[in-house]
Amino acid sequence: MSTQKFSALALLTRALRRHQSWQPQWRKAQPKPAYDAVIVGGGGHGLGAAYYLAKQHGITNIAVLEKGWVGGGNTGRNTTIIRSNYLFNESAALYDHSVKLWESLSQVLNYNVMFSPRGVMVLAHTVHDIQVAKRHVHANRCNGIDNEWLEPEQAKEFCPPLNIGANIRYPVLGAALQRRGGTARHDAVAWGYARAADALGVDIIENCEVTGIRRDAAGAVEALDTTRGLIRTPKVGVSAAGHTSVVMGFAGVKLPLESFPLQALVSEPVKPVFPCVVMSNTIHAYISQSDKGELVIGAGTDAYTSYTQRGALHVNTHTLDAICELFPAFRRMRMLRNWGGIVDVTPDRSPIIAKTPVKGLYVNCGWGTGGFKATPGAAHVFAWTIARDEAHPINAPFTIERFRDGYLIDEAAAAAVAH
Amino acid sequence: MLIIVCPYCGKRPEIEFSYGGQAHLVRPAQPATLDDQAWAEFLYMRSNTKGVYAERWRHAHGCGRFFNALRDTTSDHFLATYKVGEPRPQPAAFAEAAGPPAGTLP
Repeated sequence: MSTQKFSALALLTRALRRHQSWQPQWRKAQPKPAYDAVIVGGGGHGLGAAYYLAKQHGITNIAVLEKGWVGGGNTGRNTTIIRSNYLFNESAALYDHSVKLWESLSQVLNYNVMFSPRGVMVLAHTVHDIQVAKRHVHANRCNGIDNEWLEPEQAKEFCPPLNIGANIRYPVLGAALQRRGGTARHDAVAWGYARAADALGVDIIENCEVTGIRRDAAGAVEALDTTRGLIRTPKVGVSAAGHTSVVMGFAGVKLPLESFPLQALVSEPVKPVFPCVVMSNTIHAYISQSDKGELVIGAGTDAYTSYTQRGALHVNTHTLDAICELFPAFRRMRMLRNWGGIVDVTPDRSPIIAKTPVKGLYVNCGWGTGGFKATPGAAHVFAWTIARDEAHPINAPFTIERFRDGYLIDEAAAAAVAH
Repeated sequence: MLIIVCPYCGKRPEIEFSYGGQAHLVRPAQPATLDDQAWAEFLYMRSNTKGVYAERWRHAHGCGRFFNALRDTTSDHFLATYKVGEPRPQPAAFAEAAGPPAGTLP
């Protein structure tokens, strides 16, 4: 199956054979009794970690356990925004590591993840917004990350549908633009990593939910109980997003996480009308246009913790109010679908990618509302951490212990945008 | 939108309320005597329960008072709401109170 390389030539030759010869992109693996390492969670982060473990660390006897289907959780539910214009040095290093991997990911995986660096523009509506945005611009440039300040007219030039009139409730006073930011095709990221990992021998096991973590007499991880039987392994990497607290609870590890529903929605598809990504924290709107033509709109989290993968309509309505004011042309658009995902939020809104107090147990969690952009970077350093039993320099600050020691990476207070 | 039963005002829509997180967390009486781990536990660690969860709500746009609720986080159905200071209701107390769950629209 690894010989099924995608190229224009392959497309042409298979077209001549009426597309009858395409093979499934990965095997339907059955769980084996034991593995060298097991990743819990078959989203982009988990599949990516398995890929990098196999590709860069030579650990190929791996399984990825997914309780539903590959990419069916937050990987398939987000608004696909990619950017790295974070304030603090630690975050900037982590997210820009990811953006750099995005830039070559399609070639590396031989899979078109449709990374489109079309520019991410963050709007400012108040004096405070302007100050925060400019502070981000300067901090980012110190870290070698592109981010530039635009006056309202320049913002309008970059995104013609934008209303920069003075007569709206929150007029646009300017914007910060990261030109290297953009979007990618969410499903393709999961599928691309799944296919590449499978080709290296990784077993991707769907419909397999972890129901327990067994530990030996010394307290180290020994095996996983699953709905498809017992699987022995000395190393477990948990990449379970909103359900991380549940999975880690099996090993008695408590984390500073709360799980909230986060909603998104898409409009009916229309011809290309929207050239970039626009976000506004102050009036809460995220919008871009997919290659299918749908406007992809991100709403906020609901107020309460929940595992229901749905949220309240008033949360979406609030976002649409903002969209309609910023882009009056969209007032008569019809929304086609809306849905929710469960996001695990930390107190400082920065992730945890770390070893845990349990030997052999590693966790990649706490991505809150912005984990998609970090998929390749997080997967890469998580694989490093699992393989070497020590953090990569990039994820070294993102420990669980930072909450005890007071080394918060407080993007919650610093963010120019919700993320 | 959820319908929430304020113990003081009765059934009201969710937008009248603000959320207060996990209930029954007790602030340590002598914080200065705690080590960092214990203080971090109090500040940051939450049960994040999947299932029946005791949580605080405040009727912000109503009576303004805090109260506690038991809600199933797998369905968002409210099993009970009760005043601050009252103990967490036991399952038997609300199991027999059948009928439509408090969190659903009629």
